[in-house]
Amino acid sequence: MSGPAPSNASAPPGPSLSGADIVPAHRRRYSVLTRRDKTMMALMVGIPTLLCLFFIWFPTVVSFGLSFTNWQGYTALTGKNIIGLKNYEYLFTSYPFFWPAVWHNILWLLTFVFIATPIGIFLAVLLDREMRGTRIYQSAFFIPVVLSLAVIGFIWQLQYTSQGFINSVLGRTGQEDVIDWLGNPSLNLWAVLVAASWRHVGYVMVLYLAGLKSVDPTLREAAAIDGANARQTFFRVVFPVMKPINIVIVVVTVIESLRAFDIVYIINQGKNGLELLSVLITNNSIGEARLLGFGSAIAVVLLVISLVPIVIFLTRTMREEAA
Amino acid sequence: MVEPIRVDPVSRRTVLKGIAGAAGLVSIPAIITACSTTPASTAPSAAPTSAASVPAATPGASAPPASTAVGTLSIGSYHTDPGEPQGQAAVNEAFTAATGILTKTNIVDHGTFQNQISNYLGGTPETAYTWFSGFRMKFFAEKGLSAPIDDVWAKVKGNFSEGFAQSVVGNDGKVYGIPVDYYPWAVFYRKSLFAEKGYTTPATWDDLKALCTKMQSDGLVPIAFGDLDGWPAMGTFDILNLRLNGYDFHVGLMAGKEKWTDPKVTAVFQKWAEILPFHAKDYAGLKWTDAATTLLNKKSGMYLLGLFMSGVFSETKKPEDLADLDFFAFPTLGTQYDDEAALDAPIDTWQIAAKSPNLAAEMDAAKAYLEFWSKGSTQSLFFKHQPGFIPTANDADTSTYTDLQKKAVEVVGKAKRITQFLDRDTRSDFAGPQGMQGFLQQFLKAPTGDLAALQKSIQAFWDQLPPL
Repeated sequence: MSGPAPSNASAPPGPSLSGADIVPAHRRRYSVLTRRDKTMMALMVGIPTLLCLFFIWFPTVVSFGLSFTNWQGYTALTGKNIIGLKNYEYLFTSYPFFWPAVWHNILWLLTFVFIATPIGIFLAVLLDREMRGTRIYQSAFFIPVVLSLAVIGFIWQLQYTSQGFINSVLGRTGQEDVIDWLGNPSLNLWAVLVAASWRHVGYVMVLYLAGLKSVDPTLREAAAIDGANARQTFFRVVFPVMKPINIVIVVVTVIESLRAFDIVYIINQGKNGLELLSVLITNNSIGEARLLGFGSAIAVVLLVISLVPIVIFLTRTMREEAA
Repeated sequence: MVEPIRVDPVSRRTVLKGIAGAAGLVSIPAIITACSTTPASTAPSAAPTSAASVPAATPGASAPPASTAVGTLSIGSYHTDPGEPQGQAAVNEAFTAATGILTKTNIVDHGTFQNQISNYLGGTPETAYTWFSGFRMKFFAEKGLSAPIDDVWAKVKGNFSEGFAQSVVGNDGKVYGIPVDYYPWAVFYRKSLFAEKGYTTPATWDDLKALCTKMQSDGLVPIAFGDLDGWPAMGTFDILNLRLNGYDFHVGLMAGKEKWTDPKVTAVFQKWAEILPFHAKDYAGLKWTDAATTLLNKKSGMYLLGLFMSGVFSETKKPEDLADLDFFAFPTLGTQYDDEAALDAPIDTWQIAAKSPNLAAEMDAAKAYLEFWSKGSTQSLFFKHQPGFIPTANDADTSTYTDLQKKAVEVVGKAKRITQFLDRDTRSDFAGPQGMQGFLQQFLKAPTGDLAALQKSIQAFWDQLPPL
């Protein structure tokens, strides 16, 4: 308002006086939006914003704050509970279950990214070729996704117990040669990863299959006419066209690996080689233990780890939209 | 700048999915805090709702003789396992008949009750409630959430042996609970297997090791073991610690007065390592029920666990299985503490909640109820419905006991000191899956490894816990 000259130049023509000396008290502003529209907009923006603040930002900030305390929730939070960075210090330097948990989460992520997801994509490509019985295969691969993880945990426990199905088939049920799939700490993570991948494969397959169905068939035709074989068609034509779906799948894979929890918790509450960050958070802060401060510190670490892929993903997407 | 709205639905959807995913991740700590902080304010409502789900178990209001009605009593109970609600109901009816006091019972699932205990006692608890003894009792007594009952205890203490009396004394020397039942930990075996192979029950450490070697050569797993759940290993640690270092050290260690870096703890681990080769190899993937089944199937020879493991033998529905089950107290280790004959025998108690909103009105009724529970007749009534829990009162009717139960009474009666169990004798935030359970599993993985480092990390974990 202090520099009226330039603004006047672009001011709408009309009977209005120069804005410099008169403040238009009752100046009517024309808008294509009615009052009702505006109320609606306010509600549509406001309610999600409030929900987001309440359910996401508020707890996040509270967790962050609690991570600097040793509060257990028995008494009111006081200044005495503030212990600075001690939770983090203990976590990073001495807590023997922390680094294994981080490592297990990374292994989980790597397995999903390099094994489970490619298998899911491969299955989707196969099933997309309209071979006989496609629907049956689809259903079969998708069933694990429909089952709750509690059921999956139970099913695989039956397979893996020392006198269970797998050992019986292998003939390794004797006391000396038994394979302790769930108990051997250097084996059980892989055993669990097989179970988790079993589910993830179906999930990725369905997502990717839906994407493949939407690829314009003329593209393939054109590729075929140009003399591309099936392999080339997929990697040079279909895969690049599917970029949006590919990104979704990467995001889903990362999220699934970072939030992994259920199967491990069902099997042995995440002990003895099955430590995961999510499990450490739960066991330390919920239930009788109630180390709310310590649990929050682990939660903050997981949040920071989660932010890495999210930030990469969002910046990439936004850059593309801006371009 | 003047670019029109770009219609690119796929990419917008991608963004939305990404944001949804991001929200999911960010909310992990959110859920955690939500779970852990909200109950504090909602605890009062949590308890009554669960009562509604067990209507059969709230029989208290059976009409008493009108002339003797002297009030009402609210009761919080975790007796939800098979037979227990009926036992609770039977006791309450008998109480009402005897005193004219009406009871109103709120029964909550045992695990939930245990997880919610601090919110429950700090909120609006029922006046009389079920809980443990030992450290977990002292913890809440010290926080002022449990009321002392010395006057009741003075009246009834003659009915309890010294071990039970010890277990209900708080840090301030006052009594906070009435012990009502227990189940000892001992070494179980099948009589028929021992007779068939000519084994005798070992009395000393050397006997035990000799027996183990013999069993091994007979193709048996000498000691059944299943530590998938993490807590069974604590039983072995406890008994070795009690035999080697005695009751006082156990209590001090659990309360943080002794250090986990103490050479006495090293000795326990070393002793344990001597018999570990005789344990089932696949222990880490087995539940205690699976391990008990190997004993049942005569694939293993002995099993150190609580009396509740007899449930696996009674589940076969063949009475001869249960009749064949026997146990012996853990062998002596040749130390001065052998005389204590101490053992883990977790004791359940009835206590009075200090924060009960009806405390003033119901105090007398609650004390009468606790006194009622101290009688052998009351405990036997409950025992009829839950035979895994043995009554504590000296005047309990033992005529219906099976041999196994009689023996349990005998072994506990001989014990000069009774401990509760590692996770009942120490802070709950220390004993959890990524606490002591995890540390013991680290030991089991590398029994001959660097014990000093392990003990140091246990102590470091203890040291960083918030002050009590």
